[in-house]
Amino acid sequence: MYRQSFLSRAAGAVARASLVAGAMTAATFSANAQDKTLRFAFQGTLNALDPYSLNETFTLGMLGNVYEGLTKRDKDLTIIPGLAESWETIDPLHWRFHLRQDVKFANGNAFTADDVVFSAERVRADGSDLKTRIPADSVWTKVDDHTVDVELKTPNPILHYEWDTWYIMDKEWAEAEGATKPVSAKDTNPGPSAYKANGTGPFTIESHEPGVKTIFKANADWWGTVEHNLDGVVFTPIASDATRVAALLSGDVDLIEPVPVQDIDRVNSDPNTEALTGPELRVIHLGFNQIRDELPTSDIKGKNPFKDPNVRKAIYQAIDIEAIDKRVMRDLATPVPLLIAPQLFDAPDLKRWPYEVEAAKKLLSDAGYPDGFSVGMDCPNDRYVNDEQICQAVVSMLAKVGVTVNLNAQPKAQYFAKVLAPGGYDTDFYLLGWTPGSFDSWNVLVSLATCRDETGKGGPFNLGGYCNPKVDELAKQIVVETDTAKRNELIHQAYKIMLDETSHIPLHQQSLAWGKRKNLAIVQRADDQVLFYWAKLN
Amino acid sequence: MFAFAIRRLIQAAGVMLVVALISFLMFRFVGDPVNQLVGVDTTPEQRAQLRQDLGLNDPVHVQFARFIGKAARFDFGISYQIKQPVAQLIASRLPATLELSFVSAVFALLVGLPMGVYTGLYRDTLLSRLFLAVSLVGISLPTFLIGILLIFIFSVNLGWLPSFGRGETVSIGGFWTTGLLTRSGLVSLILPAITLGLFQMTLIMRLVRGEMLEVLRTDYIKFARARGLSRRAINFGHALKNTLVPVITITGLQIGSIIAFSIITETVFQWPGMGLLFLQAVQNVDIPIMAAYLLLIAFLFTLINFIVDLLYVAVDPRIRLGGTAG
Repeated sequence: MYRQSFLSRAAGAVARASLVAGAMTAATFSANAQDKTLRFAFQGTLNALDPYSLNETFTLGMLGNVYEGLTKRDKDLTIIPGLAESWETIDPLHWRFHLRQDVKFANGNAFTADDVVFSAERVRADGSDLKTRIPADSVWTKVDDHTVDVELKTPNPILHYEWDTWYIMDKEWAEAEGATKPVSAKDTNPGPSAYKANGTGPFTIESHEPGVKTIFKANADWWGTVEHNLDGVVFTPIASDATRVAALLSGDVDLIEPVPVQDIDRVNSDPNTEALTGPELRVIHLGFNQIRDELPTSDIKGKNPFKDPNVRKAIYQAIDIEAIDKRVMRDLATPVPLLIAPQLFDAPDLKRWPYEVEAAKKLLSDAGYPDGFSVGMDCPNDRYVNDEQICQAVVSMLAKVGVTVNLNAQPKAQYFAKVLAPGGYDTDFYLLGWTPGSFDSWNVLVSLATCRDETGKGGPFNLGGYCNPKVDELAKQIVVETDTAKRNELIHQAYKIMLDETSHIPLHQQSLAWGKRKNLAIVQRADDQVLFYWAKLN
Repeated sequence: MFAFAIRRLIQAAGVMLVVALISFLMFRFVGDPVNQLVGVDTTPEQRAQLRQDLGLNDPVHVQFARFIGKAARFDFGISYQIKQPVAQLIASRLPATLELSFVSAVFALLVGLPMGVYTGLYRDTLLSRLFLAVSLVGISLPTFLIGILLIFIFSVNLGWLPSFGRGETVSIGGFWTTGLLTRSGLVSLILPAITLGLFQMTLIMRLVRGEMLEVLRTDYIKFARARGLSRRAINFGHALKNTLVPVITITGLQIGSIIAFSIITETVFQWPGMGLLFLQAVQNVDIPIMAAYLLLIAFLFTLINFIVDLLYVAVDPRIRLGGTAG
């Protein structure tokens, strides 16, 4: 019948699409490519433009095209001078920043020390989500128009590590516009900083319709050396995976993020598009509840099997990470031994426990669970790359050693409501991803591995409540140790303890996957920020 | 008539309150809004404070009363995520949804009605069978699949039409943006309008066909034929007119669902309308947007029902309630 022939034709058309798309659309859209406007589509939206409203990679990355911090990070994430030309530590408690001269904000105002002191107050003010960027008790003083002093109460070797995303705002502009306070969700009358931006960066924002379209223009008066060749950028969110990929293939956009793992081959097979992949800093790990006396989801009553390090090690050794990365992640993930990416802290002597089913069975049997046990697992299904599939693979692998896992995969909104502090850390076994905002191990240790109580005092994202006083003690030393070699040694010690005790099961670094037209060159940084100032359109 | 209208209005207000309450109760199951609002470094104390400040710790009935109280003054609060007034956000997204819905409804009517009449009059022709086969596709394939299929054929494969978005828009009077006046706006409208309208088109076509077949069998058509009236007069003057009552009902009700269920089409085509705004809000647990949207949709449905009721009376005087003689 006709219906069948229509369907088969449609299916044929879809199959042919990848072959024909390039030739047809290159002609149609070549006119758009001439004006050097980068068209970029991301799966999520760019919400409020206030740079202190939300501490989140995508938002901060986008705003990083418009605003700048005292420091910046280079293509390989090394810290380089930003609005501060140089800095010195006069003593461990006293830092001095020399500011760049002849820098102007988008509205023409000059950038001075007043703006830095103002931004330091604003970022610590009520409603800011970036309060942790600078110590709450630090004192900021203007020495002259281009010098700022910071006095600390305790030494802090990583004071400036997160400043590439602490953007300096214009004091005059904020005061004139009524934007002296950070825009927060509880504001009944958010200021103009929610939808306007005035930064010193290489781009300015021409218009912003949240959830629809944001238009960036190249800033002709930018102080730095221009490395891009763009006139501007049009950003559109495209939530649907299939549509985002189609938009790239059809040439409606030049850059998409992310490409779903299963579509990477498709994007690469098109003559005009390619996928840009690389390891992301985020490390995906599994965690065990080690704080409860009895696991509510387990058939073992009266005790918690996860309190026994041998049980945790057995679970670890029963998981075939290579299989997960090959089948679920399609070879795009990188297995890691620690909770931090090797790009940020490398310890070649600390290796993953090998995958050995027999060893795992023996460990379980020695621990008193020859027949295994059952436990519930919580897993998000829309937060990390193929998160639910990873959990499913873990479930089937653990079944082979007798551990029955009842998987509870749910959207991130529900997942986090259950497993974080407001939900009472209600999880026995879970999957979580972590990128340290500071790119430093102290953040990993203090967030994921230091002891916490029921209300989250301590390691707030240590969902399972792993607790070893030695690790806590090391973390306390690491935060104040200013000698890099000594500090790295302390960090190494902490990771060694955690590995030996199987505090968590680090799985892999997930992969970044951007899709781009071949005429676009752009730098993919491991922190997943999309930075237009390194983009070139040919 | 007037009393009838008033009675219906009071019922409608009741329905809206119930819908608002049910949707409000459901918000407790979509997740934790605070977690979507802050980054990972925010301490549990700060999260708890935010929760308190947002009034999320209040009992549901208190939150609901607050919401209704404000909604009565058209104050729907500030979006948690976008940090702009919800009423303003919805107003800015309304034109996109209404234009899409309107165009797809017109498409469904303009195509569905003639197809229905034709297949009703000429049951066994090849073209009739073809129409029916196409309509089967329209009814059996899910919307998102149709949308994706159209994108891959017409955007990726043929390169004729844009794969997403609304194209260039023009602002009219500062409050209404329209894509109907620009070329890119019009071409952007084609695929989403077909996607959204296909199901309605099928429905209208099948309905008209069924009714036509029914009516053509009745005695008054036979008598009309016997009286020697022209085919045209019989088919369109008598038969079609009498099929229109159910068609009006369905079309009316379907306009509501077109607007409400444009969510899927809007998501597939990244159409910047209210449906997309709502879906993004659900993903981000942006309660102020969700609440306002659901209330708006409830309002829309009750309004449409009300109009349909009045139209009945206009089209078919026999339905007139309250009993005027006749």
